[in-house]
Formats: sequence, structure tokens, C-alpha cells
Amino acid sequence: MSALNKTLQIRTSPHLTAGYSVDHIMRHVAWALLPTCGFAVFIFGLAALITLIVASLTCVLTEHVLCKQSGKISSVNDYSALVTGLLYGLTLPPGLPVWMVMVGAIIAIALGKFMFGGLGCNIFNPALVGRAFLQAAFPSAMTSWGPAMASERFSSVPSSLLAWPFQAPDYSSWADGVSSATPLALMKFEQQLTQHADLLSGMTTGSYGETCGVLILAGGTYLAIRKMLNWRIPLAIFVSAGTLSAICHYVSPELYPGAIFTLFSGGLMLGAVFMATDMVASPMTSKGVIVYGVLIGVLIVIIRNWGGLPEGVMYAILLANAASPHIDALTQPKVFGSQSKASSEGPE
Amino acid sequence: MLFQRHPTFDGGVHPPQSKALTADLPIRQFPFAPVLNIPLNQHIGQPAIPVVREGQEVERGALLAKPDGYMSVALHAPASGVVRRIGLMPSITGKMVPGIYLQPFPGATQEVQSGQPCNIETASAEDIIQAIQMAGIVGLGGAAFPTHAKLKAPAGKHIDTLIINGAECEPFLTNDYRVMLEQPDEILTGIHYLLNATGCRRAVIGIEDNKAAAAQALQTCLSGKHTSLTGKIEVVVVLTKYPQGAEKMLIEALIGRQVPRGGLPHDVGVVVVNVTSAAEIGRLLPRGLGIQERVITISGPAVNKPGNYRIPIGTPLRFALDYVGVSDSITEVYLGGPMMGQALPNLDISITKGTSGFTAFTDSQTTSPHHVFPCIHCAYCVDACPMHLNPSQLGLLAKHGEVSKMAEDFHLFDCFECGSCAFVCPSHIPLVQQFRAAKAEVRKMAAVHTGADA
Repeated sequence: MSALNKTLQIRTSPHLTAGYSVDHIMRHVAWALLPTCGFAVFIFGLAALITLIVASLTCVLTEHVLCKQSGKISSVNDYSALVTGLLYGLTLPPGLPVWMVMVGAIIAIALGKFMFGGLGCNIFNPALVGRAFLQAAFPSAMTSWGPAMASERFSSVPSSLLAWPFQAPDYSSWADGVSSATPLALMKFEQQLTQHADLLSGMTTGSYGETCGVLILAGGTYLAIRKMLNWRIPLAIFVSAGTLSAICHYVSPELYPGAIFTLFSGGLMLGAVFMATDMVASPMTSKGVIVYGVLIGVLIVIIRNWGGLPEGVMYAILLANAASPHIDALTQPKVFGSQSKASSEGPE
Repeated sequence: MLFQRHPTFDGGVHPPQSKALTADLPIRQFPFAPVLNIPLNQHIGQPAIPVVREGQEVERGALLAKPDGYMSVALHAPASGVVRRIGLMPSITGKMVPGIYLQPFPGATQEVQSGQPCNIETASAEDIIQAIQMAGIVGLGGAAFPTHAKLKAPAGKHIDTLIINGAECEPFLTNDYRVMLEQPDEILTGIHYLLNATGCRRAVIGIEDNKAAAAQALQTCLSGKHTSLTGKIEVVVVLTKYPQGAEKMLIEALIGRQVPRGGLPHDVGVVVVNVTSAAEIGRLLPRGLGIQERVITISGPAVNKPGNYRIPIGTPLRFALDYVGVSDSITEVYLGGPMMGQALPNLDISITKGTSGFTAFTDSQTTSPHHVFPCIHCAYCVDACPMHLNPSQLGLLAKHGEVSKMAEDFHLFDCFECGSCAFVCPSHIPLVQQFRAAKAEVRKMAAVHTGADA
């Protein structure tokens, strides 16, 4: 009888869990980003490696310091700061000075996440907040793109990467790469269309992690299968952006690119799969995520085709992030039994 | 339809079923405890009134207590023995409740005393309803609502469909499954009584697809022994998904009707009866007996001899667990399964009519207290909620104590605490616990409010 006289534990039901946890999800997002990170290092060399490491470390350290400062338990163990750091690093243009990378990373965590209350409370995707800050503060550095596939990419780094703070970076080194204008800039300013084969294989210049859509899709598919990513969001973005640009292309083929170009150029893939799907900043309802995805897709095409900038993914997602609480409020699920299928229904 | 899929409802989760531990073990008779503690209120409604006195000797099956009004049922002696005491005894709520302490005679044959049979051919609807009340039958799935009280449609309502709940979606429990396998004849007889009592023209038995053998047994028995009922009774296999056994979910899956918010199955012309209740009706009414025992599952990793047992009502849990043996590392015992079962503070309570089983766990198998993360809006809970609520939003409001907003704007009282949200939550937020506390708070506020008005 001894075992039966033990003190029993009392908890409220349910007594089982599905075994998910936040750190587990964040770790898988980091895994899913690895192919994209690997490809970035492959085409941009040491510069990509250094940038990604600096971005991640700065984000994690900032989170740790801020938690300690405010007397909280450090939340770096949930891996969310690491994911923010990786994503942020992947959105930066090749050759961006390291000190700017660090400034943006601090802003991403401090202003984008911690000021709102930390994990779960941020309105905007922190990585994009960091990038938006850099875009506003250093517009010229953020639109200077180092070339992809430069021959000395594994033996040296572009001199701009190591520029001193507040000194004009030097972009003269590394001249022999594929091209130092992004496909979007070529389209926007020179009406020059990049080959689809180059776009799909990622052999173009652009931000570190945005060039190879296929690898991004592979990572996203992995997460979607594990139910750690809401596939409806990227799908809604692809369908809306693709349809709208196909219509524009049909009306005026020389001014506007077609659907494939739109989907695989610039940051659309990376944004749609890894940024827009940030659980914290996206809507929760099943109808809401569709509205949110369509909003992003339409905004991207509007900004790209009729705005002053060649790229619009970042602003489209940030605007949709701001809208998502309202989208949620307007698309609350209908409670079971609120539209009852009438009791008058007779037996069949 | 291109893809033939078993019918189901929206939302829900797939907890590990863990039914293999006991699914293939036939129902076995449980021995009598030295003393049976039989609470007078084993059902929702008024406690029964004792008709025996202390020191009186009773035979097994004899009436111990009679119903007190319509919302009450009779209570019968689970064993031949002597009434030792009528007084207070511990209950699951922590309160002491009135009950009868019955000491079985060790050497008695324990033959059951028969009563007035209820003849299915001649009995009127009223007769059957009264017989069900006098047999002490309540919802044996766990709700313990007096079965007879839901068979008559309230004025202005018409009941056309009888639904027999054989879903048994709770992990570990296999008692309904065993009853369906071993007593299909009694279930169908019970359904016959219920059809006559309600005037329904059809009955639908809903069974999850992980219990296909049970559906097969019922189907075989239906076409073999109960040919008169073949057109009226339908066995439907539904998708295995928790909480399929919740009556609102089952009604939707089987006949596509949604019980309106705050409403009852009556409102969509349905009565739902648990399959074991139907089996008891079919077993007891033809012989004029009352419930003296019920089938339960005792399972869980901390139990040495898990199984399905026919156990006398009033058996103390301590005796039951001692008989099946428990591991030394036992830390938790739940009344029912681990999804909706209540954790027991001690083992001094007894098996009642509403006990479908109990499960015992050691520390390593359950949710050891997890680190609680902030809500990351992953929306897993929103997708899982079978009532289509927004548990995440409710949880955030609960954190800030906004209970009236929870009740008014986010439909707190539509939650029936199935636990799907807390089950999937990657942040391990104790959502159900917060909702229970919030409901209690709202009720308290309402009570204070009415008190102030009076």
C-alpha cells in the first residue's frame, strides 16, 4: 500500500501536451534557413559569412544585455533572437560595412522587439525593423550591391565591409562579379530583363539571402510540413503578386515584368516565406492570413511597378504587420453554433 | 465524392491514443471491497433519498435510495451486505457529501435480486422513461446527467434523431469499446427502448475509426439478431479525432446540425445517449434491475495490471488501485483520461456511476511543469478549438484580468474545457486553467450583482 499513500500531484487538465515548444519551433526555423545561408556564402563568400555571424551574434547579445538590464531572465534560449539575426543578415546587401550591420541588429532587437515587450509582443517583424532603419539612415550603402560570384570571394573581403564607422565605404574592389546591379534595378532603371534561368538558380546579385528562390521554397516547405509555418501566407502572396503582375505585363509588356520575374526577383521569396510568416506579427485567423497575404502581394507589385523604389517587399510586409491586429479583429472565427442550421430541419 | 473520408468536425487535435494497453483485454469482474462508499448524489440534480436505515441488511440489487423528484434517479445496492452507516464521505470536489457505507457479506452468493421487468412490446413511452429513472441510469460517459430527463422533448421541440455516442475519444479509455464488442445485443436492445421512449424514427451510432471492430460487431448483431431494427439504426464510423465524443461535435459530424450557442441537442431535434448507458438500459430493463456496477478502464503507465473491469459502484479508489497494483513512482491519478480528467488530491473517493475509468501516471509521462513562454500568436490553438473560439486572445485577456471582456466579446462560456488549446500550445500557457478561473470570476461577479439588486 506504500505507493498509494504518496502525496499526489494536482494540476488542471489537459495533462498531455503535443510536445511543441517555442524554442523547438525557432530552432527549426533556423535549420530551414541554413540552405539559404549556405548559398549566400557560396555566391558572396567570406563577406556573407562574416555578415551573418556578426548579425546573429549582435542580435543575441543585444537581447541578452537588455534582458539582464531590465532584470528579466535572459530569453536568448528561445532562439528567437538568433532567427531574427539570421533573417536580418540575409536581407542585407553584399558588402555592407560591418559596423552598419551591428547598428541595424541592435535596432532590430532593441526597437523592433524589446521596446514592445519582447517575444510575442512586437507589432513588426524585428529583422525588417532593423533593415528599415538602415534603409532610412544609410540609403546609399543600402542600395550598393557587391557582385555575386566574384573570383576572390573566398580569399578576401570587399574593402567596403571593413569600412570605419562614418567613413564613406569604398566599393571599388571586387569588380569582376556577375553584375553589380540587382535584377530589379536593371528592370526599373534600364528596362533590362534578367534571364529566368539566372533568377531561378540564384546567380544574380541582390541581398545575401534573397537570390535563390528554390532553396528558400525548400526551407519553407520543410517548415510547412512540420506545421511551423502557415503555408497560406506565402501562397496568398504568390497568387496575388503573380496575378497582378501578370495583368500588368499583359497590358504593357515593355514596362512591367511578368509573374515569374516578379516572384523570383528581389526579396519576394525570402519575404513571403520567412518574413511575412513571422507568427508574432501575422494574423491568427484562417481568413485573416489570406487577407494579409493578398495585401502584401498587392503592395509589393504596386511599390515595384509604380513607386520610386525598385523593391517593395520590406515596406509591404511592415505595412501589413501594422494592419494585422485589425485584420484579426475583423476576421474573428464564427463561434460554433452561432449560425445554427435551423432546428426546423426535419428528418431526412 | 472522390475521396471517401469519415465524417468529422472542424478543429480538434490528435493526442496519442494509448488505447492499446487495454483495448484487447476482455471485461473482467472486479472483487468487492471490504466497504463500499456509495454517495447519494452520483448524478446531476437532487440527491436520492435513502430508503434503508443503518444496520439494515440488504440484498444485491435492492433499492437503497429513491429519486427525489424528476431530476434525480434511484440508487441500488451494489452488493448483499449490511448498511454500516449513512453519513458524510469524501468526494472529488473536496467537499464531504452524504452517502451510504455498505459492508458486503464476505460469504454471500451475491445473487442479484430481480425487480419488475419492463416489457418492450407493451410498455408505453412513459413507462420506459420511468423504468429508466428507477433503474438509476445516468450518462455513463462521465456527465452523469439523468438519462430519463432528456428523453422527453420540452414543449415546442420535436426530437427526430437518437444519437448513440460510441466515439470514446479520450486517450487510454477503452471501456465503451469493450462494451460495444462484448454487449452489442444489449446496446441494440437499449436503443430499441430509447427509440420507443423518444418516438424517434432513427438512431445513429457514432464510432471513431480506431474502433472499427466495435462498429463491425454492432453491424453484425444488427443484421443478425435485430432485423426488426435494421432500417432504423445506422452505424456510422467517424474520424478519430479529439474531442469527437463531445456531443456537439458528434451531432455535427453525424448529421451535420450545429447545436446553437447556449443550446442543447433538443434544439436541433436530437437526443444523445452514451453507448454504455444504452447497454445498461438493454441489460437492466428486461430484468427490472438497477445499476449496481459499471464497466471502467483502469490504465496508465503507473498501473501494473491495466484492464477493463466491471466494478461495483462505491468501490474506493484506493482498493481498486491496490488490486491492480501501481508503480512506486506514481505521482498522479486522473479520474477519466488525461485530456479532460480531473487530477485527484487523494484516493479516498469511490467509483460512481459517472466514472468511466481512471488513469495513473508517473512523473516522466505527463506534462512536468514546463517553462511558460509568452504567446507567440502561432494560432495553433485557434485551429484546434472545436468551438471556433480564439483561445490565444482569451489567454491574453485572462492575463490582464479582463474577465468580463472574455465573457462578452470572446465567448468564454462557449468553452467546454476540452483542453485542445492547451494541448497544442508551444508556449505551454495553462489556457484551460485560466478559462476556468475566469468563468468562476464572472459567475462570482454576477452573483454579487444580483445580490446587490435584490
